[in-house]
Amino acid sequence: MTTYEPVIGLEIHAELLTKSKMFCGCSAAYSEAPAPNTLICPVCIGLPGAMPVVNKKAVEQAILVGLALNCTINPMNQFARKNYFYPDLPKGYQISQYDLPVASDGWLEIAEDSGEGSLRVRIRRAHLEEDTAKLMHQDKSALVDFNRAGVPLLEVVSEPDMHSTEAALAYATMVRSILRYLGVNSGDMEKGALRFEANISVRPVGSQEFRTRTEIKNLNSFRALMRASAYEIQRQTRLYESGCEVVQETLGWDDVRGVTVSQRSKEEAHDYRYFPEPDLPPLEISRRWVEETRDQLPELPEAKSQRFVSAFGLTVKEAKRLTSEKALADYFEKAISLSRSPAKIINNWITGEFLRYVNEQGLDLDHLPVPPEHLAGLVDLVTGKTINENSAKVVLKEMFETGQTPEAIVEAENLAQVSDESYLEQVVAQILKDNPQEVASYLGGKETVFQWMMGQAARLTKGKADPQVARQLLLQALEKARNK
Amino acid sequence: MELHNLSIREAHELLSKKQVSSAELTAAALKHIHQTDALIHAFVTVSDELALEQARLADERLRSREGVTLLTGIPFAVKDCISTKGVCTTCSSKILENYIPQYNATVMDRLAEAGAVLVGKHNMDEFGMGSSCENSAFFSTHNPWDLERVPGGSSGGSAASVAASMGAFALGEDTGGSIRMPASFCNVTGLKPTYGRVSRYGLIALVSSFDSIGPMTRDAYDCAAVLQVIAGKDPHDATSLLAPVPDYIKGLEKPIKGLRLGIPKEYFQSGIESGVEDSIREAIRKFEELGMEIREISLPHTKYGLPVYYLILFAEASANLARFDGVRFGLSVTEGAENVIDMFLQTRREGFGPEVKRRIMLGAYVLSAGYYDAYYLKAQRVRTLLRRDFEAAFEQCDALVAPTCPTTAFKLGEKTDNPLTMYLSDIYVVSTNPAGVPALSVPCGFSNGMPVGMQLIGKHLSEDMLLRIGHAYQSVTDWHLKRPVVAK
Repeated sequence: MTTYEPVIGLEIHAELLTKSKMFCGCSAAYSEAPAPNTLICPVCIGLPGAMPVVNKKAVEQAILVGLALNCTINPMNQFARKNYFYPDLPKGYQISQYDLPVASDGWLEIAEDSGEGSLRVRIRRAHLEEDTAKLMHQDKSALVDFNRAGVPLLEVVSEPDMHSTEAALAYATMVRSILRYLGVNSGDMEKGALRFEANISVRPVGSQEFRTRTEIKNLNSFRALMRASAYEIQRQTRLYESGCEVVQETLGWDDVRGVTVSQRSKEEAHDYRYFPEPDLPPLEISRRWVEETRDQLPELPEAKSQRFVSAFGLTVKEAKRLTSEKALADYFEKAISLSRSPAKIINNWITGEFLRYVNEQGLDLDHLPVPPEHLAGLVDLVTGKTINENSAKVVLKEMFETGQTPEAIVEAENLAQVSDESYLEQVVAQILKDNPQEVASYLGGKETVFQWMMGQAARLTKGKADPQVARQLLLQALEKARNK
Repeated sequence: MELHNLSIREAHELLSKKQVSSAELTAAALKHIHQTDALIHAFVTVSDELALEQARLADERLRSREGVTLLTGIPFAVKDCISTKGVCTTCSSKILENYIPQYNATVMDRLAEAGAVLVGKHNMDEFGMGSSCENSAFFSTHNPWDLERVPGGSSGGSAASVAASMGAFALGEDTGGSIRMPASFCNVTGLKPTYGRVSRYGLIALVSSFDSIGPMTRDAYDCAAVLQVIAGKDPHDATSLLAPVPDYIKGLEKPIKGLRLGIPKEYFQSGIESGVEDSIREAIRKFEELGMEIREISLPHTKYGLPVYYLILFAEASANLARFDGVRFGLSVTEGAENVIDMFLQTRREGFGPEVKRRIMLGAYVLSAGYYDAYYLKAQRVRTLLRRDFEAAFEQCDALVAPTCPTTAFKLGEKTDNPLTMYLSDIYVVSTNPAGVPALSVPCGFSNGMPVGMQLIGKHLSEDMLLRIGHAYQSVTDWHLKRPVVAK
């Protein structure tokens, strides 16, 4: 039986983080608008006679992304009108770019599914356009909020170079990460700041052909991207397996039912009648502008990850985890610089207990109550054996809740570790004395009871016992009992 | 002389000497409009109250002598495709019948800053689509020289209004002759500036890459005075030109002797009315007397001017008119609509007139997949040839002279049945817009009692020279001073 492999290309729509909109002076921060239709002007609601003017900052951000994605920045740019009717499109056309986009012919390396190898995904183009208004449907009517209309969007289009949903996810994650590193996109998919469209076809493994593809629109999360792609791959594979053909069409994703739904067939496809936007002269991007923008490029996730491996002795996996978010990587580096402890241990704390808490509480990495110096202090208290790990977890939680330094919390709560042997000997003796049955069953070969006894030691010392010392003393006492 | 008959220059002199106030001038203009426009139908809106208020402010300025310009206190009106804050702006279309803009076109802001007094808005062919003013959704404007005849179009209301002294000047808009052609039909001086010389912000677009706002006045001097105020870079219009604005009034007095005047032979071939040709030839002799050097030149691609113009017009206009969907402003026909697309269709069906619909359909067609290359792209390529024709011509001469129209004003209804014959009346004026060059239409005689206009075409940003040539001509002729007697 033929095995099929998917062929996936992604379009990523990213709202740029400019102050003002793409073609007018209105604020682009529509999600902070006090009320619908408050961030609008004649230009972005398409009043007759109003004219667009290009937001230079948006072009600059597009250049940055183009450079980060190893693209050629085109010296001659042209905006175009994409014509279609919809109530969220105030002018009856969207100003976009067609044959002369800001950036083209780039690539991005992503980790292969297996982990070690890497896959090069080619980027066809990245172009600027304007976002549409938001429709709010009521039962028999709809209201339009134009606050979002005209917000700059960058559309990054990949070649169909991905052959698994994991590769698509890795690519999408990497693009999001790069956009966040560049500070040009919030990455907030819940608010729609980042949206995906997947072009999917399948073909027999080993074949180089491109079969009929379908396009899934408006995927608003990684989860939706993965689920919709997986569903569509399976649907197409089954069609071929049962001797049917795939029909070229535009699909939507029904997240509740978990199925793709046909929106438009090829015959019904829009003819957008693109033509050059006559209200905007061609936009020249000089070499100098490109070079000046290149100077603003920060260290990108891939380079940072490699550096973390070589400079801090992290594994590739650890380094990639840390560098997936710039804020996290920055936090890590700051903590290391302030700590006496090994980088590995700092990493373990950050990617372990620390991130768990951050994610649980849905905290923003840029605005944490625990600054890196506090975390560095906490890890140093552990490695310096002032407190044990269990206490440290309690302290960390309190650091998040109160914003206090770990030292202050340890002192206030008297959490400093007890490694005083004479005291711990008494504790161990007490445990043996109070639990003769457990001692007997341990001596009878049931060694799991030992962990229970360690728990008793922690209980009696309120968690402050140095676990290594306690363990040693307990073992000694039990051996003594055996030889009695 | 009656107050409403004054040119800008004459009115300014009286205002400066305090022999008349803007309030008096404005009241006289309004009174004349209310008396005369019943016969002409040049106005869609007369803004009496606002005009009197602006006149009062202008008089304060004149009293204090602060910020007084040539236009301070002067009553004027504009073509109804120019957005006027708080004053209905209709494009003579049902779809905008009750549309009141929330903002001013840049030209309106500049004129307000100069202290000019807006008295109303002029009728036009709907969205500028037409050459006779008969495509207005409201009513046809009549030519003040003969009420049976059209004033030309699409700035027909503006030309008729200036000719009949209803306001000292007007702003028209020229996409493919829409200022010059009616200027010629009505014995008015009209300038289509270089594309980008005057901001289009707030001008309801017909063809974004052709549209040019320009003055329609009694003479070249007044044209210079108005252009002075409205020309220049506008941060809201990315296509407006950065080039500095010269002192046009000062430029009028420079000599024209020795300037080379080209006669494009293609503009004197078949179809030209003999009376029109005679007037133009006579004008050329005048220029020779004034010391200009006359030479025949060729604009070999002239015959492609009309198709290039219309193909690009259809394409751009179809997109420019897409925003009229009933959602945010203007007519909205929701009754019986099943869904929003129904509402769009109903609104546009009821709101747009037949010529507008025809052009939208043609535009969607020439841009559609499979036809784009053959029509739109080809037209854009030929447009380059038209531009090169002019560039080559301006290597041999400083300006060109040609008839503005092949005929004088035709009768109302004469061409309404056949859009193609209507399109042909623009044959001499359409090529300049794809090329972006400026052109000035100047009255130069009469044929069978109707005015004849000649156009002077110059290279990019040569408005000062065109105005100078026009002014020199008007200093030795009096065609432009002739006024119609408006009567039933």
